[in-house]
Amino acid sequence: MATEYDTDFKIITYPDPRLKQVSEPVTVFDEQLKNFVERLEQVMRAGPGGVGIAAPQVGVFKRIAIVDVSGKPKLKHNGCMILINPEIQTWEGMKKGREGCMSVPDYTGNVIRAQKITLEATNIYGEKQQYQCVDYEARAVQHELDHLDGLLFLDRLVSRRTDLFQRKVYQ
Amino acid sequence: MNQWKLLTLVGRDQTGIVARITRALYQCGATLGKASMMRLGGNFTMMLMLQTPTSIDSLCEQLKPVVETLKLNYHFQEIEVDTADHPVPDIRVSVYGADKPGIVADVTSALLELEFNILDLESDVAGSDEQIYIMHIEGTCSHLPEEIEQAIRKQTESVDIEVSAIDTMIG
Repeated sequence: MATEYDTDFKIITYPDPRLKQVSEPVTVFDEQLKNFVERLEQVMRAGPGGVGIAAPQVGVFKRIAIVDVSGKPKLKHNGCMILINPEIQTWEGMKKGREGCMSVPDYTGNVIRAQKITLEATNIYGEKQQYQCVDYEARAVQHELDHLDGLLFLDRLVSRRTDLFQRKVYQ
Repeated sequence: MNQWKLLTLVGRDQTGIVARITRALYQCGATLGKASMMRLGGNFTMMLMLQTPTSIDSLCEQLKPVVETLKLNYHFQEIEVDTADHPVPDIRVSVYGADKPGIVADVTSALLELEFNILDLESDVAGSDEQIYIMHIEGTCSHLPEEIEQAIRKQTESVDIEVSAIDTMIG
């Protein structure tokens, strides 16, 4: 019997129009969800340098994302975050950084993201969790949550030539 | 047979250069690839990769009416293209200070000693009474940002230097 989590777990790549689809909230926290999240994490870890993935990238239009930047040295992180029905609650600061995407192979571009965010999401058991993320991890979360709203980093590119100087902090 | 060609074009900036040139190339059956176009001191410049089996002589012939009308200088050449080659910069160097001869030579010589491979360089001169020079370089290098900054400082004084790692987030 077909379920809403049926997928071959192949990464959908742009210009597939499904990447522009807005995903639906998860309402049932069952074994199917748990199995899907496990497989989704495997796909993320199989990708070259992948630190995040969102369910729509494998053709499942549910509000599920995974972010794990703990493999990067010297970064503040929350470990492996399973983000179900995530909502960013606060944004602070602004920083430009380079992004790429498994759904947009062979292209990277500069995107401005909030430097510090707080977010609420449920885990696979439906329990609410609160997270604070900064810098690289905050960027990864914002990138993945965009997928849930049908947005790609291509929608947020800033010119490589129109640059912002990083301001030094003078004491 | 490698069908890639590079068009280099320069002329006094005026409205319609891009539309007319690309229309003429389209009518020659050319497929456009990566391009870099910018205005430099009142001149519009273009470097444009195109793929076409049409000979360079024939391309020149077909472009002639447009370039003569717009008074543009141009040049086609055959180029080797590796379409799978997408180097991602991992270091960014920003240099700015009072304009003086030799800044670019000094900075890039220091980078060369560290085998820094420049992938992108853009610079500008700003200010009215006392001019300042601003340069951004992106490339790949196996040395740490601190080592790169030290090497540049040894070569040149009285400019501000910022060297930072570009950590591309793949989501």
